[in-house]
Amino acid sequence: MAIAFTLNGKSTTVEAPPEMPLLWVLRDELDLKGTKFGCGRSFCGACTVHVNGEPERSCRMPVSRAEGKEITTIEGLSEDGAHPVQVAWQEIDVPQCGYCQAGQIMSASALLASNPQPTDGDIDEAMSGNICRCATYGRIRAAIHHAAKLAQAPPTSHETATGAGGSEA
Amino acid sequence: MNAVDKTGNLSRRGFLHVTALAGGGMLLGARFSLDGAPGAAAATAGAETTLNAFIRLTPDGVATIMAQNPEIGQGVKTMLPMLIAEELDIPWSQVRVEQADFDSTKYRGQMAGGSMATPMHYQSMRRVGAAARAMLVAAAARQWKTKPENCTTEAGVVHFKKKSLSYGELASAAAEIEPPNPRTVPLKDPADFQIIGQEIPGVDNPKIVTGEPLFGIDVAVPGMKYAVFEKCRVHGGKVKTANLDAVKASPGVTDAFVVDATAQAGSAAPSMFQVAPPNGIAIVGDSWWLVNEARSKLEVTWDEGPTASQSTAAFDRQAEELSKQAPEQDLRNDGDAAGALASAAKTLEAAYQYPFLAHAPLEPQNTTAHFHDGGLEMWAPIQTPQFARGDLAKTLGIPEDQITIHLTRMGGGFGRRLYWDYMLEAALIARQAGVPVKLVWTREDDTRFDFFRPGGYHYLKGGLDDSGNLVAWRDHFVSFGEGPRFAPSAEMAANEFPQAFVPNFALQASKMPLGIPTGALRAPTSNAISFVVQSFIDELAAEAGKDPLQFRLDLLDAAPDGMRPAFDAKRMKAVLELVRDKSGWGTADLPEGTGQGVAFHFSHRGYFAEVVQATVSKEGELGVDQIWVAGDVGRQLVNPSNAVNQVQGAALDGLAQALDQEITFEGGRTKESNFHNFKLLRIDQAPPVEVHWVMSDNQPTGLGEPALPPVPPALCNAIFAVTGKRIRSLPISRHDLSWA
Repeated sequence: MAIAFTLNGKSTTVEAPPEMPLLWVLRDELDLKGTKFGCGRSFCGACTVHVNGEPERSCRMPVSRAEGKEITTIEGLSEDGAHPVQVAWQEIDVPQCGYCQAGQIMSASALLASNPQPTDGDIDEAMSGNICRCATYGRIRAAIHHAAKLAQAPPTSHETATGAGGSEA
Repeated sequence: MNAVDKTGNLSRRGFLHVTALAGGGMLLGARFSLDGAPGAAAATAGAETTLNAFIRLTPDGVATIMAQNPEIGQGVKTMLPMLIAEELDIPWSQVRVEQADFDSTKYRGQMAGGSMATPMHYQSMRRVGAAARAMLVAAAARQWKTKPENCTTEAGVVHFKKKSLSYGELASAAAEIEPPNPRTVPLKDPADFQIIGQEIPGVDNPKIVTGEPLFGIDVAVPGMKYAVFEKCRVHGGKVKTANLDAVKASPGVTDAFVVDATAQAGSAAPSMFQVAPPNGIAIVGDSWWLVNEARSKLEVTWDEGPTASQSTAAFDRQAEELSKQAPEQDLRNDGDAAGALASAAKTLEAAYQYPFLAHAPLEPQNTTAHFHDGGLEMWAPIQTPQFARGDLAKTLGIPEDQITIHLTRMGGGFGRRLYWDYMLEAALIARQAGVPVKLVWTREDDTRFDFFRPGGYHYLKGGLDDSGNLVAWRDHFVSFGEGPRFAPSAEMAANEFPQAFVPNFALQASKMPLGIPTGALRAPTSNAISFVVQSFIDELAAEAGKDPLQFRLDLLDAAPDGMRPAFDAKRMKAVLELVRDKSGWGTADLPEGTGQGVAFHFSHRGYFAEVVQATVSKEGELGVDQIWVAGDVGRQLVNPSNAVNQVQGAALDGLAQALDQEITFEGGRTKESNFHNFKLLRIDQAPPVEVHWVMSDNQPTGLGEPALPPVPPALCNAIFAVTGKRIRSLPISRHDLSWA
């Protein structure tokens, strides 16, 4: 079955069984490996993408539901890694193994799009579906706050994160 | 490569060699023995005491440094090149890092495990950089007709009086220089460090945040098929019959067959790293999702084997029975524990228990295997490529040098990828299918078929004298194993604390047979034993009517004459005092329902004392407010950003284990299957973790593991402080914490 949607800003048509999860269409049919497989049951959030701007777990979303939608993956979040969340993630040095971070970044960027100044409580609520097995949670929180600041500041006057997450989380 | 090869200072201790690159520049290889990091040889079996690293220096002034060790998230891909770059004296911005393939002819100690990279490589990697720097200086000196001693370097440039040449300009000339003896090449004064000690972000961060393929699961090779592998749910069971034709008819499936390598037993790997040869059903096809869907059509009859009779409930019963019998063996006997317990002013008895645990790295196990040109090429997330290759060669019956292993970044290790079962499966499937194959496990496969942290049982007695001092300790440890041998990671060190700090100490063990694979989980043995020891110490402190932190300090002072503790008591006291001061221990004005608990543990050469502050509602709802960590890993943090990240992660890993993790068995099968019933920590459960350091004048040591073990007991001790309830079995979620 041919399914048409917009993927990272480009019109895309795929031939796939309609019930095949979007995750596997992205990874194995369209060769976009940034979206990760972690659990296959929406428990871990490693497969998070944006569907019409909303975070969705692509491992449980049949590709047929993507028909006509706008899908954004980590590869399409910015042209060159310059999205404030991507910048903040590097400046705070969030990743350990890095496997969950694409999903974390997709959830965080969706949060900031709807809530530019989230509190810690807002972050907990929006991010609790994304597991980080390395438990970089302190830095994820710090990086979301940092990204919120970066998004407000003009791009030439980015504050540089002092320290990398700091010893006092 | 059109190369000039020079070998210098070949000696018993090692040599350097340099190769001119065809396009200009030089390639410096180094091979020499370790600098005598304590215990290095013992902790990494097979690693020997030599290593190798490479620097590629090109005329543009860029130094490309090969990262030799597997990266599991411990930061080694950034850390080892930092050591080289520091002594090379080149700005980090001019460094590129590449992951080396597994190659035992070039590198030594390509392994991720035991928090070993820092102690093994701290000096030797620096010498690699220092030797390269010396050659660049010599090349410049030759050009300027002066002595190398008259030249200095700074930020990738050699200076002499008012002359200067960049490393890029010197690279080709340096290739003509005889390499110096790495053993005697001078190293920088730490006061001059420019890179070591700086917060350097992970070298793969730009790729991670943009979703570039980095991990084993991201590998693709031309003509590749996807595979899944169905094993008997009873550990060790085998296929008898299967409806393979029906499965082959499923959409997207190109092949399905039984894989059975159980006849090729006899691994070359050390006994602690034994991996059973695979048995199961492979389904191969054009789409991973389709081949995995086809598993639901499988109808298999299994020979379940003897492990079908094993279960968690049976282990619990058996352990209880064994605790009432004479122990099978003595692991340690100091003084007269039985006599001292009989005459002690106060005694205390308690039974402690902890469950099996899974590693649950977020990237499920996977490997891509491709037989071509008479050999096997593999892309695998593997912590122990050397052991894996040896075992693959034996199982497949092909020479080791016909097997190429590309090391991929790993989506977590935690010890799971010390074992290469999935590599064996992928190789056997690829050979039988006759095509390149990417095997990917599901989360369910990953949870069920782990090398689990073994559960264990401890039956403890402690004795106090009139003044409340600990005078006797007896632990009957009921664990798993057969004959003299404990199951992997089910052992306990005979000198585990409080051995050597109490005059009468008895550690005894009994074992139960186990058909379920076990293995090393981050801070193996320590992650469980710390819970038992540091909780029971807390009980004894309460019985003695003493402050639990002061009781520990007093105990650390109490090593009887002639005893040789496993660690330096002064270093442990220092971290305990630091965490006391930083956490406001005993002085903080805590609200009702909030309390603090403390614990310390020595493992992987690291000294860690930690305080957990928890709040428990009267209804029994538990919240963890904060964790304070004080650690001592020697005089230098190589990369403080990663150091703090590792410690925070390890502490929260310990928290996750304590709160709600257990693996249970029924009929020889793992009951848990995914993250709904094997629960990882989530952000809304993660308290702040404040990290402090004691910078002691000792060799720098590793940080992947030692911050984990104190957390479970410190949390349980905090719960006791609030509720008066003693947690003697994990996870905490099994317990009713309500109080009033």
